[in-house]
Amino acid sequence: MSNGNYTAQQATGTKSTWKFILSELKPKGKLLTPFNIISVPIILTGIVLIVIRFWKGIGSITNLTQEVPWGLWIGFDVVTGVAFAGGAYVITFMVYILNMKKYHSIVRVTVLNGFLAYLFYAGALLLDLGRPWNVINPIIGNSFGTSSVLFLVAWHFLLYMIAELIEFSPAVAEWLGARKAQKILSGMTLGAVIFGITLSTLHQSGLGALFLMAKDKIHPLWYSEFIPIMFFVSSIFAGLSMVIFEGSISHRVFSDQISESNQKGHHNIIHSLSKICAVAMFAYFTLNVLVFVHEKRWSLLNSPMGYWYLTEMLGFVLLPMILFFMSYRKRNITLIKVASLMTMAGIILNRLNISVIGFKWDAVNHYYPSWMEITVTLAVIFTEIWIFRWVIRRMPVLRETPGWNSDK
Amino acid sequence: MSIDRRSFFKALGVTGVTLAAGSRLNASPSAANKDEFYGMLYDSTRCAGCQGCEFACADAHGLPAPNFEDVPVAGTLRKTDETRRTVINAYQTSKGDIYVKRQCMHCNDPACTAACLTKAMFKNEQGPVSWRGNKCMGCRYCMVSCPFDIPKFEYHSPNPKIEKCDMCFDRLKEGLKPACAEQCPTEAIVFGTRRELLTEAKKRINDNPGQYHDYIYGEHEAGGTGFLYLSPVPFEELGFNTTLQKSSYPALTKGFLYAVPSIFVLWPALLLGLQQATKNNDKNEEEHE
Repeated sequence: MSNGNYTAQQATGTKSTWKFILSELKPKGKLLTPFNIISVPIILTGIVLIVIRFWKGIGSITNLTQEVPWGLWIGFDVVTGVAFAGGAYVITFMVYILNMKKYHSIVRVTVLNGFLAYLFYAGALLLDLGRPWNVINPIIGNSFGTSSVLFLVAWHFLLYMIAELIEFSPAVAEWLGARKAQKILSGMTLGAVIFGITLSTLHQSGLGALFLMAKDKIHPLWYSEFIPIMFFVSSIFAGLSMVIFEGSISHRVFSDQISESNQKGHHNIIHSLSKICAVAMFAYFTLNVLVFVHEKRWSLLNSPMGYWYLTEMLGFVLLPMILFFMSYRKRNITLIKVASLMTMAGIILNRLNISVIGFKWDAVNHYYPSWMEITVTLAVIFTEIWIFRWVIRRMPVLRETPGWNSDK
Repeated sequence: MSIDRRSFFKALGVTGVTLAAGSRLNASPSAANKDEFYGMLYDSTRCAGCQGCEFACADAHGLPAPNFEDVPVAGTLRKTDETRRTVINAYQTSKGDIYVKRQCMHCNDPACTAACLTKAMFKNEQGPVSWRGNKCMGCRYCMVSCPFDIPKFEYHSPNPKIEKCDMCFDRLKEGLKPACAEQCPTEAIVFGTRRELLTEAKKRINDNPGQYHDYIYGEHEAGGTGFLYLSPVPFEELGFNTTLQKSSYPALTKGFLYAVPSIFVLWPALLLGLQQATKNNDKNEEEHE
C-alpha cells in the first residue's frame, strides 16, 4: 500500500469512496498468525458469554456479590484501562502545547490507542450495567445527578472520546483522500487537545474520587483523601509506560509502516519518555510516603495486607522508578522496557487493590473473578487489538502522511 | 466603559455562585428543617423478635414471605438481600439475648443519593430514600458508597432492580404508617418526624437510665439518619459499626467536586498560554544563534 493509492482516490467521486471503504474492509496479511489463532476462539466465547449475561443477568457469569458490587470489569477494564490510556493526553500535551516536535511521530498511534481504549472500556461498562437501556439518562432528560462523581466521569468519558476522535480524524481524512475535510479537521486539533487535557485531568482523578465515599470499605493502607491526586499522577507514568510498551511491539509488528528516520528516532523518544516516567513516579512515591507517615500507618504494615502494600510500593513503584533513573545514564532500551512492564504491573496492582482486592478485604466471602469474567475481559482486549491493527494497516498512523498534507 | 466591565464581572460572579449554591441546596433537605422529615425509632428493649415486621414488609412490597424455619438465632447473621428488605437478628449480649431489626437507615444526607448519577436513588422531602427504576442504569455505585451496605441488586435478572427499604413511601403518600411500624405488636417501632423521635428517645433514656445504654445510634452517625436505635447495651455488642464517621458521606467528595469548575476554567487558559509561548520555539532559537 503506497501513497499512489491516495492520488488515485482523490480523482474519483463519492461512489468509489464507498467502493474503496468496502475493499479496505477485507483482511490484509496472513490469517493464520499465532495471535489470530489465540484471539478468535476467545472473542467467540466472549460473545456467547455476553449473550448469556443479557439473557440471564449479570450474576449468571460473574461472581459479584451484594457486598462487592464492582469486580474485574470495573476494576480492571475501566479503572485500570483508563489509566493506561493516559498516554494520549500526556503526549498531545507535549506535542501540541509544548511544541515538542520530536514526539510528533508517535502522536497519532498514541491517540488512536487512547481512543480505542475509551471506546472499548466504555463498551465494557455497558456489559456491567444492570439496566443499560437507561445509560442515556445522565446525558439527556431531567435526571442530572450532579452531586455524583460518576456523573462527572460519565460525561467526561463521552466528551473525551469525541475530543480524541477529532484529534485522530485528520488520519481518517487522509485515508479517504478528503483534502478539504483534512484541512478543516486539522484546524480543530488544538482546541480538541486543550479540551481533552482538561477532561483527562478531571476524569483520571475522578476515577479515584469514585472511591472516596467507600471510606470504611477500602483497606486503610490504600484509602486516603488524596486518592484523586494519586490517580492523576499515576496516570501520567501509566500512560507513558503503555506508550513505551505499545511502541516497542508496534515497531516490531508494523516495521514495514515506519520510515527509517522514525525507526532511528524511536529509541531517542523512548529514552526521553522514561525520564518523564522516572520523575512522575518519584512524585507519586513521595506522595504515598507522605500520606503513610502523616496518617501514622506503621501499625498496619505487619499483616498480610501490609506485606501486599509493601510489595506494590517497593516492588512495583520504587524498583521500576530506580530502573528508569538508571536508564538516564545507561541509555539501555531493554532496561526501560523492563521498567515500563513493571510499572504497568504496578498500576494494575494499585487499581485492583483499591477497587477489588482491598475493597471489603475483611468480608467473610471474598470476591474472585470467574473464568467467564476473565474471558469477556480478554475478548474485549483482543477485539480492540484487532481494530487497532485494522486501522494501522490502512490509515497513515505510523507511516508518513501523504505528500499533499499541508501540515508537513 | 470600565464600570460596564466591572458590572459584567459582578453579574458573572453572582451567576456562578448561584449555580454552585443551587446545586448544593438541591442535594439534601435544607438545614432549617433538618429534623422535620419522617423517620423511625426502633427500641430493641421492646422487640420480641417475632418477625412480624419481616412478614408485613414482604407482603407490602410483593416479596416472597419469609421462611418459617429461618428464625433469628444468636450467632448466625441474617442479612437483607434482594428478596427481603428488613431482617431481625438475635445477639448474645451482656444483658442476655437481644433482637435487632435491620433495614435502610434513611440517612439525612445519603451517600447512595449523592452517588447516583441519574437521581434514581432519591431522598424525598418527607424523609424516605427511595429507588426509581425508570431512571436507574444499574451501575451499583450506590452499593459501593452506602456505609451500611443496604442497596441490594438482583444479579440473576435480565431486568434487575435495586431492593431496599423505602419506608413504605407509597403507604406514606396514602397517609398510612410504614407496614412494619403498623404491624409491630410490642410497639418497638415508632413512626414520626425525626424531631419527635429524638425527643422520645431522649425521654426514654432519661426516664429509665438503668434500662438503656445512654446513646442514640443514628443521631449523628453518617451525619444523622432517619432511622434511630435504642439499646440496653453498647452498640458494638449488637453488631453495629460504631466507628462510622459522624459527618455525612457525600461531604467526602465535595472537595473534589468543587475543584472541577476551577480546573475547567484554569486549565484551558493555562494550556493556551503555554501553547502560545512555545509556538515559535524554533524561530527564537535560530535568532539566538
